[in-house]
Amino acid sequence: MSLNRYESQVRGPLVEGSKDYHQITEDICRPVEATPSKLWWVGFIISVGLLIFGIVSVTMEVMYGTGQWNLNKTIGWGWDITNFVWWVGIGHAGTLISAILLLFRQGWRTGVNRAAEAMTIFAVMCAGQFPIWHMGRVWNAFFVMPYPNTRGPLWVNFNSPLLWDVFAISTYFTVSLLFWYCGLLPDLATLRDRAKLKWRKLFYGMASFGWTGSTKHWQRHEALSLVLAGLSTPLVLSVHTIVSFDFATSVIPGWHTTIFPPYFVAGAVFSGFAMVQTLLLITRKVLGLEEYITMEHIDVMNKVIVLTGSIVGIAYLTELFIAWYSHVEYEWFAFRENRVNLSSPYGWSYYLMMGCNVLSPQIFWFKKMRRNLLVTFFMSILVNIGMWFERFVIIVTSIYRDYLPSSWSTYYTPTIWEIGFYMGTFGLFFTCYFLFSKFFPVIAIAEIKHILKRSGDNFKEQMEKDENESLEAFEHANAHH
Amino acid sequence: MAIKKFITGNFYEEAVLFPAVKKVRRAGYKIHDVYTPFPIHGLDKELGMKDTDLHIAGFIYGITGTTTAISFITWALARDWQINFGGKPFFSLPAWIPIMFELTVLFSAVGMVLTFCWLCQLAPFVKKDHFNPRSTDDTFVMAVECTDKTNEAEAIAFLKEAGAQDVQVQSRETGWWFGRYDRETVRFGKKVAAV
Repeated sequence: MSLNRYESQVRGPLVEGSKDYHQITEDICRPVEATPSKLWWVGFIISVGLLIFGIVSVTMEVMYGTGQWNLNKTIGWGWDITNFVWWVGIGHAGTLISAILLLFRQGWRTGVNRAAEAMTIFAVMCAGQFPIWHMGRVWNAFFVMPYPNTRGPLWVNFNSPLLWDVFAISTYFTVSLLFWYCGLLPDLATLRDRAKLKWRKLFYGMASFGWTGSTKHWQRHEALSLVLAGLSTPLVLSVHTIVSFDFATSVIPGWHTTIFPPYFVAGAVFSGFAMVQTLLLITRKVLGLEEYITMEHIDVMNKVIVLTGSIVGIAYLTELFIAWYSHVEYEWFAFRENRVNLSSPYGWSYYLMMGCNVLSPQIFWFKKMRRNLLVTFFMSILVNIGMWFERFVIIVTSIYRDYLPSSWSTYYTPTIWEIGFYMGTFGLFFTCYFLFSKFFPVIAIAEIKHILKRSGDNFKEQMEKDENESLEAFEHANAHH
Repeated sequence: MAIKKFITGNFYEEAVLFPAVKKVRRAGYKIHDVYTPFPIHGLDKELGMKDTDLHIAGFIYGITGTTTAISFITWALARDWQINFGGKPFFSLPAWIPIMFELTVLFSAVGMVLTFCWLCQLAPFVKKDHFNPRSTDDTFVMAVECTDKTNEAEAIAFLKEAGAQDVQVQSRETGWWFGRYDRETVRFGKKVAAV
């Protein structure tokens, strides 16, 4: 092959173990076709348990109002909106991996994109719950829709960031779902054609939409994927930008910050990648997919984590500096007294955030650490905790003391129902993820086959030979190719 | 419905498939389709297919989304029910950009996916046969359409020589909706035996 010389030698193979196309199909379809393991059942039952706990908790909230969540006059946004922003953030890595990396022609996305996209969809499902139930009178939730109504008609406020959110999140969910499902079609067809049981034939026959792999279909599919990626890339940036507008367009000290849009986007990518790491480390181990989700993938994602973690760190410091430099006395008070001051009621959460998000990822400057599974797993959890605290710090430390000292809140602690609801979304997320890993291929089969000849183990081996050839001999060989 | 005959051959390597496509087309055979387990770049050109216009459709849908958003919001907030939000003008375009953008993306994405499904005739419960189940696994299956003039034995030999393996003659019903095209048996009607 003439172009071998231009493939970087530094990069490891993306598919290990000298596979051929059929083996790839076998390996990735195996977990779907086998009966689920005991571990799967244990995980699934725990998830469903959490989900039920969540349903009970949210029922309590619907019956008795947001007071059940300990929300009060100054702290109107507590854990609920913290969780909302956190889950939306988690949801960002999927589309980022799929779309942005597709546009940038990054081959390594193929090993992880399917699981990451699924994660996005489930995370956005969890995120969307929070603002809806937080409305309190949830039976009126349809008021956010602009429809001709009996109240005037009184239209929704299109100038409000909260309504932008409605459009942003629902668009994001729809587009992510379409993107994910279009990518699934060929793989579902593979499963359909392998199916031996009747219900499998029926299920995958229905789900694969009659995909055949015709060249014309592939041509359109590629065009569709590329344009969807092109649409999703600004979309993914817009969604968290709009979420940040919920805060940034207000006049609350600590929220009223122009740096929020890029800072939120970086934070979302940061926490999203951490969650992808958590999930994929477990998935590859449990489903035996180490040859497809390789150390190379984990290494690359850790690099993204250290990059975005550092961007987030710079954002924190910029925010702090500008709070002081701007001479806005309320802004500086919010930072000095409510956050940086360790002896203030929530000072601890600021330092927890800084420690988890800014300091700890710096460990990934070392290759040894990036390629250590245990460290990566531990870090991925730590980053997610840190990013949760970031949202908590932004929300609670900015509003528990407002302009009037007389209405300064007492220390806000979540109730069991508030925690229960958060746990419930974990239940929803993992229930969906377990079902996904059982019924759908967690790795995009077609896409892995597509990169096999360029990035597989066998190719890399062959390339080494070419690489060691002298330049003259190489050029000579090519001249007659 | 009429019955059509196809000669199908499997290929295991892209490196064999591409020259084979060229040869088969040059020899005057009509390639009905090549079924592959993953997209093979350049194969569409090799088969003489035109580029898809799906992107243009996407662009038109996108513009429709933008127009819908701006015209609807303008009508609702600046005409139908004017409310003074913090002293802002009724027509406050900058504040509407987020929703205009989201609707552009939404219309474009949904429209394109629906168009894609329509063009490819894909929908839940649609069943299509693609001559060889392995074409969604590891082989590239070329289906050559037979006409009255086609000498089957000759065509089979030609395909084999071009590198195809496991060459067969298969017949299918014409028409393509709801499994009509490619199923060995017709859903409503008499069974057709494969040749």
